[in-house]
Amino acid sequence: MKTRFEVNGREVEVVVEPRLTFADCLRHHLRLTGTHVGCEHGVCGACTVLVDGKAVRSCLMLAVQADGSKVVTVEGLSNDEGLTPLQASFRKHHALQCGFCTPGMITTAHALLSEEPDCDADRVREVLSGNLCRCTGYVSIVEAVLDARAAYKSGTR
Amino acid sequence: MKNTFIGTPMERREDLRFLRGRGEYVDDLKVEGLLYAVILRSSVAHGRIASLDTSGARKCPGVHTVITAKDMPEGVPIIPMRLQPLPEFKPYEQPVLAHEKVRYVGEPVAVVLAESVALGEDALEAIGLEIEPLPAIPDHATAARNKSLLFEATGTNGSLVFHARKGDADAVFRDAPYTRRERLSTGRHYGLTMEPRGVMAQWHAETGRLTVSGAAKVPFFNRRILAKQIGLPEAAIEMIENDVGGGYGARGEFYPEDFLIPFAARHTNRPVKWIEDRRENLMAMNHAREATADIEIACTRAGTILALRGDIHNDMGAYMRTNGAVGARNVCQFLAGPYRVPHVKVDSHLWMTNKTPVGTYRGPGRFESNFFLERLIDMVAADLGIDRVEFRRRNLVTQAEQPYPIAHVQPTDAKDQYDSGEYGAAFEQCLEEIGWHEKARLCGRLIDGRYHGLGVSCFIEGGAAGPKETARLEINDDGTFSVYLGTTSVGQGVETIFAQIAADALEVPIDRIRHVHHGSTHYVSEGFGAYHSRSTVMGGSALLDATRNLHAAIRAAGAKRLGCDASAIAIDGEKVSSSDGRSFPLSELAGLTAEGTFQNHHHTYSYGTHAAHVAVDPKLGRIEIIDYVVVQDVGRAVNPLTLKGQVIGAVVQGLGGACLEHLQYDDEGQFLTGSLADYLLPTATDFPNLRCVITENYPSPDNPLGAKGAGEGGIIAAGGALANAVAHALAPFGAEPRTLPLTPSKVWELVGRKKG
Repeated sequence: MKTRFEVNGREVEVVVEPRLTFADCLRHHLRLTGTHVGCEHGVCGACTVLVDGKAVRSCLMLAVQADGSKVVTVEGLSNDEGLTPLQASFRKHHALQCGFCTPGMITTAHALLSEEPDCDADRVREVLSGNLCRCTGYVSIVEAVLDARAAYKSGTR
Repeated sequence: MKNTFIGTPMERREDLRFLRGRGEYVDDLKVEGLLYAVILRSSVAHGRIASLDTSGARKCPGVHTVITAKDMPEGVPIIPMRLQPLPEFKPYEQPVLAHEKVRYVGEPVAVVLAESVALGEDALEAIGLEIEPLPAIPDHATAARNKSLLFEATGTNGSLVFHARKGDADAVFRDAPYTRRERLSTGRHYGLTMEPRGVMAQWHAETGRLTVSGAAKVPFFNRRILAKQIGLPEAAIEMIENDVGGGYGARGEFYPEDFLIPFAARHTNRPVKWIEDRRENLMAMNHAREATADIEIACTRAGTILALRGDIHNDMGAYMRTNGAVGARNVCQFLAGPYRVPHVKVDSHLWMTNKTPVGTYRGPGRFESNFFLERLIDMVAADLGIDRVEFRRRNLVTQAEQPYPIAHVQPTDAKDQYDSGEYGAAFEQCLEEIGWHEKARLCGRLIDGRYHGLGVSCFIEGGAAGPKETARLEINDDGTFSVYLGTTSVGQGVETIFAQIAADALEVPIDRIRHVHHGSTHYVSEGFGAYHSRSTVMGGSALLDATRNLHAAIRAAGAKRLGCDASAIAIDGEKVSSSDGRSFPLSELAGLTAEGTFQNHHHTYSYGTHAAHVAVDPKLGRIEIIDYVVVQDVGRAVNPLTLKGQVIGAVVQGLGGACLEHLQYDDEGQFLTGSLADYLLPTATDFPNLRCVITENYPSPDNPLGAKGAGEGGIIAAGGALANAVAHALAPFGAEPRTLPLTPSKVWELVGRKKG
């Protein structure tokens, strides 16, 4: 099926089987391999991307469902010059080790801070509880997200 | 230029790619002409293969071929033991594909190669596999009855018994003034990595070379195994380490797929990729931990431990595979933990069952033995009317007793001793940090509907396994340096840590360490890898040797060039000078390289204490961690930022094992926890309040860095500390947790048992 959507500001058109997940479409058809697949049943959150501004598990969505939407992946939240304030905060707080869950953490945290730049630690934990990390124990991830709030409040993100 | 990068918290180099989605994991690789492998796995725990018909699958759209044992006319290769390769284990080793019998749910039976994963999975449905079921062995007790046998030829389900011995425990028990015997057990966990396993193999028929991507942990060992199995010289195989999404002991061991995918690539003359899905991962990656201890302690009435003895039964799963015996060895060797125990007699029994084979998982055998002993100590202290803190204080090994000898293990002839440390000092610091003396009065008190309790647990962590490690330095075209390592990255920050060590050793700014390459087999002559908390200690010490050798090579080259004696050459990191002031830039020696090695004869032993303050809701069975402190003495911390990350991350894994995680089977050996909705991992809301303090009071006397392996201490004592805290919270109910994990229903049982 022909499917058109915008990804990271770029219009794309792909021809996909109806059963193809959106995660596989991003990774293998569009070669946006920053989005990771950790469970394929919607528990781990590694494949989280932003669809029309909302954090969505791309493994639980079919590629054809993306038709007409605006999609942002971790690549779209990054730039060549350096790290964004959210990414820099993750680095400062050592909020990643193996890096596999990290793209999903970044997209999820970005969606949260964009909507609720004043969120508290409990709210951060609640939202991130849908993303599994096996390395960090989450403490540093929560600190990193809290520390990045200032950039979202001041609009310097 | 004297640097102090070692000891400074440094942000990581690898973060720059991971944070921007630019990491390159094995599933991110794509080459022309790729075939995708999917694996048919046994859905029966124990049975005889009556028939296997792949003709239907071969006709499915997009299917290239199907591989079964019949495609291996020279015999199905067997996966050898990597560690403790005892002759006793030989009959229990795993063929890479099941033929004749299947012995666990998830055992590979056939490999479908197709133009896409989806088409391959479609074709799995068309394979006719008939299995005549045999009585399944779902646990160690059934195994011990030897009624049904996994391996009929051996006549027993017991593959081995490890004997840990020190002094004469039986004699001490005969006359002991006090003894207590307990039965304690731990759940079945695994080192679940967020990135499932994956292999991509490319066969280059024209040159007879094989390239295998997705290597991890021990690529040099695995190349040796693969070369032998597939009939190629080691030099014809290149193992490539990509970014690795977590290891924890489980990833990177040699699994059936590590043969099957390279074999498939050669068989089809096409590149082949296999990526495990999560359900496969839960039933195919090494399991760990499941052990039951029947142990006894002897003490004086004044609270001095005299002896330990007993039996520990390990549920090994269906095969002895690569490092599968390590946990069962450690659980008896380290049962005494950091305590002075002069007499030990513990037998550790390895029982084969119809479950996924076991391997190491971070703190193998150590998490289990720590839980067993630390629970026992709390019970004993109560019996003797001695405060449990005071009891531990009296029995912790002191620096004056170092090096302190531990139990000798047969038949592996494992003799070891602790290296250095005042274990009581870390203990006191941990108590101080959590405010033990002020909070102790809360134990057993009901506050706002929850019972509060404190628990403490002391641990020892072994690290720096030998025999050696290799590192190489090379001068780049621009006069910067590249580091090449025989050890591997599983996500622990190797590139940053080795840049710190190299910059200090070479006395150059850290940005002059341009690249740190690791893992792949073409970087150094011989590598060993990332296990037993060894990378920093072993690889770092090898890097110091490589620096000495590179400096010697620079001096020799400089002497030749400048026409002076090598001893007159000075190196300042950017140029090479003679004593008369002539010089040339280091970049002119581009390509100059030197390897270094470090041989190790002694393990390192970091140590410390965990203390937990919990609140337990007796109605919901929920355990909340109010505060949790780890104090760990690591000898020398290379990067305190990443080290704290190791400790806290490990604590949460340990608390997962203490409260949530269990790989469940039914009585038929059917696997019941095949998704992440069934096998529960800690999430961000579960354990928010965790702290750690790193100390460097007793550097290792046995390596030039003074560092001790420290990646596992956070997990080792988590079960003991948590369970002791729950015991003291629920003291009004007389609760004594004897099994992990302490799920809400277990907590409810602990509360209800006394009431009912």
